[in-house]
Amino acid sequence: MNPSGLVTTETFHWAENFNLRSGNTLPGFELIYETYGVLNPTASNAILVCHALSGNHHAAGRYTEDDSKPGWWDAAIGPGKPIDTDQFFVVSLNNLGGCHGSTGPLTINPQTNKAYGPDFPPVTVSDWVQSQALLADHLGITRFAAIIGGSLGGMQALQWSIDFPTRVQHAVLIAAAPKLSAQNIAFNEIARHAITSDPGYADGHYVEEDNNPDKGLGIARMIGHVTYLSASGMGLKFGREIKSGDIGTARDVQFQVESYLQYQGQNFAKTFDANTYIRMTHALDYFDPAQDHEGSLTKALKKATAKFLVISFSSDWRFSPQRSQEIVDALVEAKHDVVSTCIESEHGHDSFLMPLPRYFEVLRGYLNRVAST
Amino acid sequence: MRADLAIVAKQIEHGSRVLDLGCGRGELLEWLTRHRSVNGYGLDIDPDNINACISAGVNVLEQDLNLGLGNFPDDSFDTVVMTETIQAVADPLFQLREMLRIAKTCVVSFPNFANWRCRLYIATRGNMPIAKHLPNRWFDTPNIHLCSFKDFEELCKEQNITIAERFVVDSKNQPRPLMNKFPNFFGVTAFYRLARA
Repeated sequence: MNPSGLVTTETFHWAENFNLRSGNTLPGFELIYETYGVLNPTASNAILVCHALSGNHHAAGRYTEDDSKPGWWDAAIGPGKPIDTDQFFVVSLNNLGGCHGSTGPLTINPQTNKAYGPDFPPVTVSDWVQSQALLADHLGITRFAAIIGGSLGGMQALQWSIDFPTRVQHAVLIAAAPKLSAQNIAFNEIARHAITSDPGYADGHYVEEDNNPDKGLGIARMIGHVTYLSASGMGLKFGREIKSGDIGTARDVQFQVESYLQYQGQNFAKTFDANTYIRMTHALDYFDPAQDHEGSLTKALKKATAKFLVISFSSDWRFSPQRSQEIVDALVEAKHDVVSTCIESEHGHDSFLMPLPRYFEVLRGYLNRVAST
Repeated sequence: MRADLAIVAKQIEHGSRVLDLGCGRGELLEWLTRHRSVNGYGLDIDPDNINACISAGVNVLEQDLNLGLGNFPDDSFDTVVMTETIQAVADPLFQLREMLRIAKTCVVSFPNFANWRCRLYIATRGNMPIAKHLPNRWFDTPNIHLCSFKDFEELCKEQNITIAERFVVDSKNQPRPLMNKFPNFFGVTAFYRLARA
């Protein structure tokens, strides 16, 4: 990020075989990433920001002066912001399997000279963490001062603290969960089903057929959006407001909330790859770091040396405060340093992307402490 | 450190696990972590207190005591501390039982409602006492379960809770000879070390 807030993307090439948890091997990969701030000479001020389900590497800043929108977490990352780029060197990447420049279903498979499409191997949170560690090596970062993520991003931060205990000083888990509930998986399955049952999906080979499952992907996103908001938040935002038509005659009525969801769905279908969406939701479903440790998250966390900040939001029902509490309880039992807060908010799961004053105060206060110790 | 917290700190063993219920700005835990190498956690719900704990590097967990402590397993701590808080909780007996379930030893401190000043205040004015350590009026006070030392000790006896030690002090947190003789009349604050029967 230069002084005017403009950013550029870079690409990390890994040329060797990369073994995935599924048993598949990728013949190398690329990760697209951005950095903000300056890495200090001892490389002790690095922060890794992990993105959520539909996120990407463009977390902060703008590419050009007249870019209409900054990165997805621009409110939190930048000079003087809670993740202060005057103090920290921030790394943000697009995860493996993504569709914004990193190796994923849209990449050409060197063995077939066609896009991987539905044959792109399953990726897991552990695979992401392993690939992120290779990126860290490339950047000369042996240990991150903090790894921060919301939702699925928080799960990556948690996995980091388990898989690379000496490489994480602080893990910041925001609106996360130790694993998905049956209800969470059910929502993901409905989303996947919406995509795969769209004729445009063509068993995942839509790129070759010059097609796209716009409808299915749109519906998947609409379902997602409903689960990211709270009932009261939706009530406040849309109520029963009517965009067009007359409810009195019961004809051609469109509520604001319908129009909003349709817009979000259509927009998403234009910018996101369906196969990536399926892979990412599977990674969410499969995440369960306790699994390799007799089902005990406390045992999984035994070797972690990081200190933790766990933040949840009162109206989040996708990953409710109770789910964060499960992580906190395991951390306390494992005798790790942990701070936990539950921020009062109307915005449901989406809260983690909002510049809520108390949320940012906590984040800023904690990271100030990270910077000074 | 605040004089009252210094009294509590004396009760805590080096390297032990401490849970501080209503930890405020985290002074006790910060001191204990630095000087007694404890593995300590504090519970609070006030945003300003939580921010202060974060700045001090204290493990603060936002959790409402009144909603229970069921997430802490039996015997998961060495000592549970509750300073100047028991008079403000919804169910003091439930809290005491929970504290003694989580740890074998608990330290509790609270203001004495039968202190002579309170008695005199009620006797002469006929109003609920307002004092330095009880600054709120009856309708807006967080102190909804005020009691005397005698009340508290009677409850402990009824409930088979062992009082291992009692330390009575004045408003400046100093012990005085008269207080040992007539604690329930002269004492302002008492610190109890409690144990299971």
